[in-house]
Amino acid sequence: MQISRDILTRSYRAMRTIRDFEERLHVEFATGEIPGFVHLYCGEEASGVGVCAHLSDTDTIASTHRGHGHCIAKGVAVDGMMAEIYGRQTGVCRGKGGSMHIADLSLGMLGANGIVGGGPPLICGAALSHKLLKDNGVAVAFYGDGASNEGSTLESLNLATVWQLPAVFVVEDNGYGEATGASYACAGTQKDRAAGFGMPYFECDGTDFFAVYETAGEAIAHARSGKGPAMLHVHLSRWYGHFEGDAMTYRAEGEVARERAEHDCLVNFRKHVTEISLLEASALDDIDAAVKSEIDAAVAAAKVAPLPEEADLMRDVYVSY
Amino acid sequence: MSRKSFRQAINEALRQEMRRDPRVILMGEDVAGGRGGTSGVKDAWGGVLGVTKGLLTEFGEDRVLDTPITEASYIGAAAGAAATGLRPVAELMFVDFIGCCLDQIMNQAAKFRYMFGGKARTPLVIRAMYGAGFNAAAQHSQALYPLFTHIPGLKVVVPSSPYEAKGLLIEAIRDDDPVIFLENKVMYDDEEDVPDEPYTIPFGEANLTREGDDVTIVAFGRMVNLANQAADRLEKDGISCTVIDPRTTSPLDTGTILDCVADTGRLVIVDESSPRCNLATDVAALVAEEAFDALKAPIRRVVPPHTPVPFATVLENLYMPSVEKIEAAVRSVAAYRVKEEA
Repeated sequence: MQISRDILTRSYRAMRTIRDFEERLHVEFATGEIPGFVHLYCGEEASGVGVCAHLSDTDTIASTHRGHGHCIAKGVAVDGMMAEIYGRQTGVCRGKGGSMHIADLSLGMLGANGIVGGGPPLICGAALSHKLLKDNGVAVAFYGDGASNEGSTLESLNLATVWQLPAVFVVEDNGYGEATGASYACAGTQKDRAAGFGMPYFECDGTDFFAVYETAGEAIAHARSGKGPAMLHVHLSRWYGHFEGDAMTYRAEGEVARERAEHDCLVNFRKHVTEISLLEASALDDIDAAVKSEIDAAVAAAKVAPLPEEADLMRDVYVSY
Repeated sequence: MSRKSFRQAINEALRQEMRRDPRVILMGEDVAGGRGGTSGVKDAWGGVLGVTKGLLTEFGEDRVLDTPITEASYIGAAAGAAATGLRPVAELMFVDFIGCCLDQIMNQAAKFRYMFGGKARTPLVIRAMYGAGFNAAAQHSQALYPLFTHIPGLKVVVPSSPYEAKGLLIEAIRDDDPVIFLENKVMYDDEEDVPDEPYTIPFGEANLTREGDDVTIVAFGRMVNLANQAADRLEKDGISCTVIDPRTTSPLDTGTILDCVADTGRLVIVDESSPRCNLATDVAALVAEEAFDALKAPIRRVVPPHTPVPFATVLENLYMPSVEKIEAAVRSVAAYRVKEEA
């Protein structure tokens, strides 16, 4: 599959931004300055970016607890996200949502979600909007192997097929629903589940951007063509715990280190594009430097940004009279 | 103006709003009624009690969507569609089925506006039937409006008559927040004069169905009708009542309630929902906190016992608030005299 230099550059930048954003959050969270729960996407960057590379602002996604990567891949501004995670008034949700609820509906980002299995039903509705408003949009639900067992997800696979919706169900399978292995918790296979609903199934290695990009392209093209929904099963590795502070005592020693050493999507990307001269190493270095500055600036700005005010507590419950 | 049943008033509100705004769509179990059936009859049902009948024929299958019996996915789909440009009216059928899809209402639709910093609108209406009196037993008879009232971000409407139902439903469909619209199934055949043209009734403004000097009665939904019947009887004995229909439990018109209690000094609250943490307790707490000095008698609540709704008619009648129970409660507060201090 031919990929333009522009897409390659933007995709690398998005992956690098997610990686640096998250690695920085890992460090900053340990200082105790960040309130609440933080769930890191590190190691899974190629999935969100490879899928969202096929989407525009008129397409919709719904995300998960582990939503920072999807937000960045969909174009949400990093400074607003960082301020949100720090609970500041300048945050993208004005400090009302926090890490698990970052959303920007103007970009078709329907929100990270604090409820496992919360997104797939919403995406059925977004897909229905695209279908009835005839805007050629597709709606994508990202959800984990854990959420794949929720009734809401299985109902959504059924509804999307019954209504022939332009929806793509992306199972980001990192092998763990919190601390419980998918090998234990997921009966049967995702492939058979898709088949059970009469839905085309696609599968790829989520640590390989090019594999994700190509396979996601096929799944999204299917949905966009009006032939109904598709499932994309992405195999991934989660580099940090379920949440920050999780010591991952349920994982074998060396498992994560091995994944990092052998299946780093950024390293793989760099190797691939430089070997066949799609992009130059210097261009990638420039992106790395620019992203580093951007993250530094976002953290610095978030730390000094104003906190929400007392009046914000009651604002936006609903429109009052 | 013509005589319309509660069912017809709701159907007319839906029809007029669907004509006015192409973004208004309906979805629910059997709202089209007949999709996939073998008779070949389209629009066979219009929902289980026929409220949406005829709308499929006028608006077609893109705008009147039958769903599988999968509340989590289609109520969630309604929330997602509302957040992305449509104005869905989803029918949950019996409100008792909320257990299957509460997450999508409580954690998703209700919270979008607040949680996303005011940047999301969710113009969603969820219609559902509530109430006992139909021998429908414990899983088809609950009056769960307190459950929704408890959740910030939801607007909750409990109409008390056909006129109220039409105006409040049109208001609900035009509202940019998620609205739970609860229809008492015992009332579907109640009739009164209802304007033929569209009209709206604002949320958060109580209706005084009668005004009196002695006792204030706050009643919700179908209970408004019972409260007025009780007030008619009491009038003959010289006890005059104010009857307040709050219309919406969220937002709640607390000002009107407090003003009326200040005038009468006596309060009876009639609430069909189970008694713990219901609207009656909420209003009682409000008045105890804000209008204690005005009270000349203890507040009385006319509510069911704290049990599931029973099936047998004799038990269901015992369970429900009634005109007689309301009348007795009003008499007791009217007769109450503060004991002289020793």
